[in-house]
Amino acid sequence: MIIDIKNVNYIYNPGTPFEKKALSNINIQIDEGEFIGLIGHTGSGKSTLVQHLNGLLKPTSGDVIVDGINTSKKDVSLREIRQKVGLVFQYPEHQLFEETIYADIAFGPKNLGLKDNEVDMRVKSAMENVGLDFESLKDRSPFELSGGQKRRAAIAGVIAMKPKLLILDEPTAGLDPAGRDEILGGIRKLYEKEKMTIVLVSHSMEDIAKLANRILVMDKGELVMDDSPKEVFKRAPELEEIGLGVPQITNFMRELKSKGYDVNDEIITVEEAKEEILKYLRSREDV
Amino acid sequence: MKDIMIKLENVTYEYKSYIDEEVLTAVKNVNLEVEKGEFLAILGHNGSGKSTMAKMMNGLNMPTNGEVYVMGMNTKDEEKIWDIRAKAGMVFQNPDNQLVATIVEEDVAFGPENLGIPPTEIRQRVDEALEIVEMSQYKKHAPHLLSGGQKQRIAIAGILAMKPDCIIFDEPTAMLDPNGRLEVMNTIKKLNKEEGKTIVLITHYMDEAVEADRIIVLSEGEISIEGTPREVFRHVEKVKKLGLDVPQVTELAYELRKEGIDIRDDVLSVEELVELL
Repeated sequence: MIIDIKNVNYIYNPGTPFEKKALSNINIQIDEGEFIGLIGHTGSGKSTLVQHLNGLLKPTSGDVIVDGINTSKKDVSLREIRQKVGLVFQYPEHQLFEETIYADIAFGPKNLGLKDNEVDMRVKSAMENVGLDFESLKDRSPFELSGGQKRRAAIAGVIAMKPKLLILDEPTAGLDPAGRDEILGGIRKLYEKEKMTIVLVSHSMEDIAKLANRILVMDKGELVMDDSPKEVFKRAPELEEIGLGVPQITNFMRELKSKGYDVNDEIITVEEAKEEILKYLRSREDV
Repeated sequence: MKDIMIKLENVTYEYKSYIDEEVLTAVKNVNLEVEKGEFLAILGHNGSGKSTMAKMMNGLNMPTNGEVYVMGMNTKDEEKIWDIRAKAGMVFQNPDNQLVATIVEEDVAFGPENLGIPPTEIRQRVDEALEIVEMSQYKKHAPHLLSGGQKQRIAIAGILAMKPDCIIFDEPTAMLDPNGRLEVMNTIKKLNKEEGKTIVLITHYMDEAVEADRIIVLSEGEISIEGTPREVFRHVEKVKKLGLDVPQVTELAYELRKEGIDIRDDVLSVEELVELL
């Protein structure tokens, strides 16, 4: 188990007129090798939750254990925690600051005190993992890159720290579909090839459906669902009630079933829907 | 003859790359007419020239070659530029960058104040604008405490208070959650259908583009596909090649056709596809 969140509550500005409970009684265990989709509307507590996972915030009560380390413990090494848990914020490209792509990505590993050749290897493999060509881009200024490339460079900076758990907060916001697919393709590769555990925060149910093998749903500071994508997307009316939705294709299959068609409506991708419809149409022909 | 709101005549926009002084072309010889009352969506991948084109529609960018007219006024006519911007308002992606005051109603009043409108009329315009975007009950609130969708509706109200005939939206929902997106899309549809505003909507979301009367797809600064949503999205292959999506049900219909199922190629909504099966 890499993350163990036990009875966690978090209150912003306690004891002031602006006091606000952001997390209430959260319990979550995350195992290595999971790909978790975290969803919830703005203000549901997802960002607050995510910031607990690398010690940026500490629970008002309860415990967050990261790979065996309790983040609330006195004289805890936050450095150690942040090496284990990499957090990619929204619009991470705003945080690029070095003169070259190489220097920017190398910044973290260098601060770990790694030797030059190890740093070099990490930069290379991080760039490769996010689909940036090392030779042609390493000496470029971040300002010369496209929006999607800048974002991938920023993600590479976090990956170069070799975290066990990588958290991405809406990594595709504001990108066009091609840019989005590049980023998501990179994340899938990190999950499959580099065996990183992933937490993906997203507003896109379609993206979550394609990638995650477990979904956490937050609403008003509470964890309201924690299940496989199929099980979560079955609960469409509840999701809609809390300002979320299901992939359009899931809606379609549900609609079809409600019209009396004998189809499986636990479908979350276009690929699955196609198989199911073909099966249905062929069985109809046979009759 | 139909009333033309915005007209682009052989418009080209060039700029110098700040890295190596190379001249780049963002928009290439585009001809386009937006009719009064029309809802036009502009699609295209990042760097396709969408935003550059939108900014030419209210004189924020000037074409290198060609002419842009807003209700017959040439954007190059310096004497008309303030009239043009009052007729064609613009809403941007990030609501936080568009709010200027600490109270909602003061923010909405900022535009008309700068137009030199008398205070009593400003009062009336602000109330009306907030009514339209359904934010009246928040008029004394601080904008920074509102949700993204609410902030964006305040930004829209600020534009409405200038009484524009046309509003250009540059990815207004890109930073919003599903609820906020829905709020803003409903507001945009209402402005078009009930208030008769001409709408130009730049977006990456295909489910938003299907709401438009007409879509143009830009690629490398040129219009590569144009038509009603139905006409545009039936080109599944081409749309995908341009780095864009089609709605999931459109894709499903396309995949089923490939498998030899006889199904129309211009399906856009869940309801339609259910009817067809």
